[in-house]
Amino acid sequence: MVPETYYIALSAILFTIGALGVLIRRNALIIFMSVELMLNAANLAFVAFANTYEHLNGQIIVFFVIAVAAAEVAVGLALIVAIFKSKRSIDVDQMSSLKG
Amino acid sequence: MSVDLILFLVLALVSVSAAIGMLLSQNAVYSALFLVINFATVAVFYLLLGAPFIAMAQITVYAGAIMVLFLFVIMLLGAEKLAPGKVLPYQRPMAIGLAVVLMVEAVYLMLGRNPSVAMIIPPTDATNTVDTMRELGMTLFSDYLLPFEVTSILLLVAMIGAIVLTKREKGEQE
Amino acid sequence: MLLSEATTTGFFFLAPWIVFFPVIGLLLNIIIGGRLSERGIGWLASGASFASFVVSVLLAYSVWIGHGQSESVFLAEWMHVGNLSLDWTFRVDTLSTVMMLVVSGVGTLIHIYAIGYMHEDVRFKNDPGRYRRFFVFLNLFIAMMMILVSGDSYLMLFVGWEGVGLCSFLLIGFWYDMDTLGRPSWANSNAGNKAFITNRIGDFGFLIAGFLMFWYLGSFQFDQVFAAAPELAHAHPEIVVAITLFMLIGVAGKSAQIPLYVWLPDAMAGPTPVSALIHAATMVTAGVYLVTRSAPLYTLVPESQYVVAIVGAATALFAATIAVGQYDIKKVLAYSTISQLGFMVAAVGMGAYVAGMFHLITHAFFKALLFLSAGSVILGLERGHHHLAHHGDEHNDHHEEVFDPGDMRNMGGLRKTMSTTFWLYIVGTLALAGTFPFAGFWSKDEILLDAKLHYPTVYWMLTIAAFFTAFYMGRQIWMVFFGQPRHEAAAHAQESPKIMTIPLMVLAALSLLGGGLNLPFKGFHTMGHWLAYTLSESEALPLDLQVAGVSTALVLLAILVSWLIYGRKPLKAGQPDPLKKPLGFIFTGMENKWFVDEGYQAAIIKPFKKLSYFLADVVDWRFWHDWFHEKVIAGTYIWLSNIALNKYADQRGIDAFANGLGTVTKNLSASMRRVQNGFVRSYALSVLLGVVLILGYLLLK
Repeated sequence: MVPETYYIALSAILFTIGALGVLIRRNALIIFMSVELMLNAANLAFVAFANTYEHLNGQIIVFFVIAVAAAEVAVGLALIVAIFKSKRSIDVDQMSSLKG
Repeated sequence: MSVDLILFLVLALVSVSAAIGMLLSQNAVYSALFLVINFATVAVFYLLLGAPFIAMAQITVYAGAIMVLFLFVIMLLGAEKLAPGKVLPYQRPMAIGLAVVLMVEAVYLMLGRNPSVAMIIPPTDATNTVDTMRELGMTLFSDYLLPFEVTSILLLVAMIGAIVLTKREKGEQE
Repeated sequence: MLLSEATTTGFFFLAPWIVFFPVIGLLLNIIIGGRLSERGIGWLASGASFASFVVSVLLAYSVWIGHGQSESVFLAEWMHVGNLSLDWTFRVDTLSTVMMLVVSGVGTLIHIYAIGYMHEDVRFKNDPGRYRRFFVFLNLFIAMMMILVSGDSYLMLFVGWEGVGLCSFLLIGFWYDMDTLGRPSWANSNAGNKAFITNRIGDFGFLIAGFLMFWYLGSFQFDQVFAAAPELAHAHPEIVVAITLFMLIGVAGKSAQIPLYVWLPDAMAGPTPVSALIHAATMVTAGVYLVTRSAPLYTLVPESQYVVAIVGAATALFAATIAVGQYDIKKVLAYSTISQLGFMVAAVGMGAYVAGMFHLITHAFFKALLFLSAGSVILGLERGHHHLAHHGDEHNDHHEEVFDPGDMRNMGGLRKTMSTTFWLYIVGTLALAGTFPFAGFWSKDEILLDAKLHYPTVYWMLTIAAFFTAFYMGRQIWMVFFGQPRHEAAAHAQESPKIMTIPLMVLAALSLLGGGLNLPFKGFHTMGHWLAYTLSESEALPLDLQVAGVSTALVLLAILVSWLIYGRKPLKAGQPDPLKKPLGFIFTGMENKWFVDEGYQAAIIKPFKKLSYFLADVVDWRFWHDWFHEKVIAGTYIWLSNIALNKYADQRGIDAFANGLGTVTKNLSASMRRVQNGFVRSYALSVLLGVVLILGYLLLK
């Protein structure tokens, strides 16, 4: 029997790792992947709650999250490709022309 | 120490290791593959949590479509190592620090006040039937009909967006 | 009011016109005088003065038909402050009408004379444009003198007192940019200053008397003061003594008594009509009028009466001695005036108010006559001088030296060339000397009689002065009109025109017949009765043959002695005065006015000037201005504003703060700017930081 809190803790750890990835890595693709990791961690938490409290709302939300994540990845990667065309690099540190 | 717990711990370890691997790997392809492992373990977790449909959706969409897309783009744009960065020296330590703080807060949140003593319900044969699937579909198309339709439009929009963004301008050089 | 009605009740309502007519005259002369001819200006002014005389006659008539009742005619409110309540009220009683008649009557005659005199004088001095000014000032004087004699309170009197002082100053300094001989100089304006300043000292005394009067008696008005005075004299006689003695200082200033007489001889710098009107007939008699008016006060304190009498007698004698040694024709007459004023002041000091006023009137007649005749003589010599200048070529050498037409040593033998003036002068001299039956005899005699009866010392001083009077007038006659001319100008002197000699004849007639005003025979004490309505009844003294005899004998003796010295062997040109050798230093003293002016200069004026230089330069300028104002006040202020406020408070304080704010903001924004570094990662870090913080806050709540 696994306590619910273990799953939530795991979710938190994965989420933190994903946040770290967003902050530390300079490769735009790795950052994107870290974002997907974070989403995944949230999905895990949802499903754990859906199981614990015996209703399906959590699963349905996860369903939607996955759909939206897919859409987002499509657009995001298209963006990165477009940026690569002009900047010839996917290092986010080189995309600082909005500096003030 | 039941089987579920052992299974959970092992899978958790794998999952976290994969995540850390994705984080630390300098090679983008390796990172993508680590992430695939992570997604797979998470899918197994979904199964353990009695959500088979979600587990399949995870494998199909996430590990199958999304990571393939990632690998396509990685191959396209270059998985080579980036030059070591010279800016933001405070970024890394501060990020780690804040992440630690975040984790501590999360721990406190869960275990500090009114810790839940609920246990998850392991899946049984009774739950792994098509009935749960049917129930999922029914809820989806009745209570959540609007989000469902909107999501479909969203996917359409994303597709259009992706095409527009990568369309070659007239006369533009490759 | 109908004329018939007025003839029965009196013309008192006309009282303000004695002042208004001269004022209208002077205003008309100012406004339209530029368009009138010289004759027009002169007759306008004389007409105004004559109108005033007519009103005076009507007022006198009104008093007469009212049997001497005095009347107060209210004109305007002046001031009502606390206890002080004063109005401009005209007091018409026997005393004031006498003064009004004298002032306006003699004044009109002098106005007419001046038409002719000034016509020539402005041409001799080369400034015809000043003609109009003269008549404006003369009318102003008449107006002011009328205010003086018609006031019903001491303060109204003082207004006129000051006014005539001002007119005296204006008229003495009429030729302000030259001296008597026409050369550019400060001399005439200095003479005007001297008159004004000396008068001011007298005014100071008058004011102190006025203040004491108001403080102790509570009023300035004659009626109220005289009613309250006896009580005060009973309780505090020293106060009344103080009041009367301070008034004496005012009298000494205005009526040229010792010690403030020094301005009158210098006042001869003014044109001769001025000398006649102001410094012989009218202004200088204001002091005598004041004492007479204050008779109720003086009779309460016999001590101050004695002081007044002594001062008058001493002045009479002192001035008479100076007159003996003078060479200027007008100066002799000036000292004679001082001496005669001494007679008058002595008379009113002794309590013989009627005698004093009588002598005032007769003196006005014959002194005006003498002065105007002297003016005629001076102009005659001037005419002769100019006649020489224009027609005589061989006398060119006389041009270089300055010619003084008033110096008796340049005259001589004028009875042949100016016979009318000669006879008029004789009349005046005899009247002044006090020869029977001229007017001066009767008035002087009355004074001497009063003196003999009450104050023997005064009697002897006045008698000796009378002897000197006759002597110096005789000397003057022999020097001016007899002998041979001592200067070419005298030889060619011309007689004056009728416009000048006709007023003189009127005055001569008055000098001859004026005695009839108060003959010392029973039933003829007209003046005595008239004045008794205002003053208390005074004893009407009959003729004392002893006094009359002694004085007549002295007069004849004096004339004989003067003939012996000056008439028998007439002086030649350049010959020194025959009295010089026998009298030696006495004559030098007489010649130099007993060095009184020099004494004043050394004892008072020089130290005063030194003091004022000290106060002005050291105290006021160097200490007060340079040090205190510049260094202390200005320095402190500049220090305060520049250094304390500007440098420290403003620059280092407020500016630093304001600039500091700007600098801080700039630095802050410069550092804040670095947040926007364009790196997405750091933005994400900020987001995480925010999440952590909010989460922490929510957890810890």
